[in-house]
Amino acid sequence: MNAAPIERRRSRLAPRSSIALTIVMVVLVLYTLVPLAYLLINSTKSQDDFFTSFGLAFGSSFNLFQNIGEVFSYNDGIYSRWFLNTVLYVVVSAGGATILAALGGYGIAKFRFRGRSAVFAVVLGAVAIPGTALALPTFLLFSSIGLVNTPWAIIIPSLVSPFGLYLMWTYASEAVPSEILEAARIDGAGEFRTFFTVSIRLLAPGLVTVLLFSIVTTWNNYFLPLIMLSDPKWYPLTLGLAQWNAQSTGTNADPIQNLIITGSLLAIIPLVVVFLLLQRYWQSGLAAGSVKA
Amino acid sequence: MAVTVASGSKAPARPRRRPVISSGWAFVIPFLIFFAIAILAPVVYAIYLSLFRDQLVGGSSFVGLANYAQALTDPDFWFGVGRVFGFMIIQVPIMLVFSLIAALAIDSGRLRAPGFYRILLFLPYAVPGVVAVLIWGFIYGPRFGLVGSINSFLGAQIFTPLTPEWVLGSIANIAVWEFAGYNMVIFYAALRTVPNELYEAASLDGAGAFRTILSIKLPALRGALVITTIFSIIGSFQLFNEPNLLKPIAPNAITSTFTPNLYAYNLAFTGQQYNYSATIAIVMGLITAVIAYVVQLRGTRKELR
Repeated sequence: MNAAPIERRRSRLAPRSSIALTIVMVVLVLYTLVPLAYLLINSTKSQDDFFTSFGLAFGSSFNLFQNIGEVFSYNDGIYSRWFLNTVLYVVVSAGGATILAALGGYGIAKFRFRGRSAVFAVVLGAVAIPGTALALPTFLLFSSIGLVNTPWAIIIPSLVSPFGLYLMWTYASEAVPSEILEAARIDGAGEFRTFFTVSIRLLAPGLVTVLLFSIVTTWNNYFLPLIMLSDPKWYPLTLGLAQWNAQSTGTNADPIQNLIITGSLLAIIPLVVVFLLLQRYWQSGLAAGSVKA
Repeated sequence: MAVTVASGSKAPARPRRRPVISSGWAFVIPFLIFFAIAILAPVVYAIYLSLFRDQLVGGSSFVGLANYAQALTDPDFWFGVGRVFGFMIIQVPIMLVFSLIAALAIDSGRLRAPGFYRILLFLPYAVPGVVAVLIWGFIYGPRFGLVGSINSFLGAQIFTPLTPEWVLGSIANIAVWEFAGYNMVIFYAALRTVPNELYEAASLDGAGAFRTILSIKLPALRGALVITTIFSIIGSFQLFNEPNLLKPIAPNAITSTFTPNLYAYNLAFTGQQYNYSATIAIVMGLITAVIAYVVQLRGTRKELR
């Protein structure tokens, strides 16, 4: 694959950079960055400064490290527990969801079997089912078999990604040439062996894309844990932060806005890092996708 | 496609030990098992629940479609549906135009460091929805937030994003912020699949930038537009996280029936009305599916090969 010319391919056609376009883009970037800047700036303020200083200005003292310390010590360090829960949910769910979607998408793309189109239609139809329509019956179902308020209540529903299966199906149709599978069959290799030795490498950029989406979905998950979990010791970060937020307003409020803001910042960082790390694979996935056309 | 292995593949096929037919199932079955547990079973259970009703006397009894009849005439439900519909009509076009402009600009080759814009605009996608709502909630805050600071600087309550009149717009803004970059990347990926020769041919024909956008780029984006529109519609009709998280700071603006999902959630978890809640969830699912299907039909035929 000659991927080199892709990035620069249009330089000949549009030699000059456009000022008007740059201005539009700068406005869009500012809009995107202001909330993040707000988060970053306010994570350095003490609770007092937060209430007294201008939203986008720094406070009278630089309190970031005290805030971080307090986030981890508040309420017997429940934040670290939430953090580890989130990591557990993400690793098991996103990893599992990616493997299941890859096997399924590959199976539908590369094999002709009875019921194939029915399977595909049912799974695709499920993409349109609202998560909340499922969450409540899932809760009732799980509570009747005692799974509610355990990690399984979060992990099992998160293992199924109809959209991931769809992505892997499109990716496998294009990235894995049937000729290679045919050749492997003639060599006498079993289908699963072929999958794990040959196909999986060709699928790698697609796998990373699905993994990335699954990680983001699980890390962001709020509704499912909200319904399934009542014990704060199983909360993921999202639910824990929401709980801190709820308890810092209203009557009997425990105002800990500085902890919510700093805790939010800390909750974003791993995802941004994962994102930038996977970005390279993911962009090569996009480039490979555009080469085939 | 640059595949060199293909040369020997036309060898006469002998009957294989493992017939290809059953291997396909072997790959699909692990997914289907969890699909059955996590999706099919709850759907079936929801339908079952929707046909019963808890009576004060005699426990649960079969009521046929009575719950559906109640939902169809329930003003709380339909106000919620109207609200998310209005939300969708406004939020989805604004967001997709934002994404489209950004994708076209980054793809145009007329920006310095396009990759820089692409990554920055995509950044909100890495921010958990809960955190996004918390941040915007702080910004909107009339007492201590950015909006509060600006109002006290201006000396008047100019911006009131958490009042009943404005709260839906404020939620729409959060949704645009969260998802515009994500849709931009989908559009951008679609633009990348346009072969360079097309642009060369267009420029030889003397087509300008706008002509190229209209005749080459927008048609290339058709499939991506349909996909992003469908997912945005589904997202609008599922609206729950943003209003539920803003509720503590906007208690007067966001009611327990603000959106259909919020309604279904409150029916189940504060009202213990599981049967009616399941009915609302099913009706919402059907409405969403019908609208998504119509968009799909009108949008494209090419997608299904």
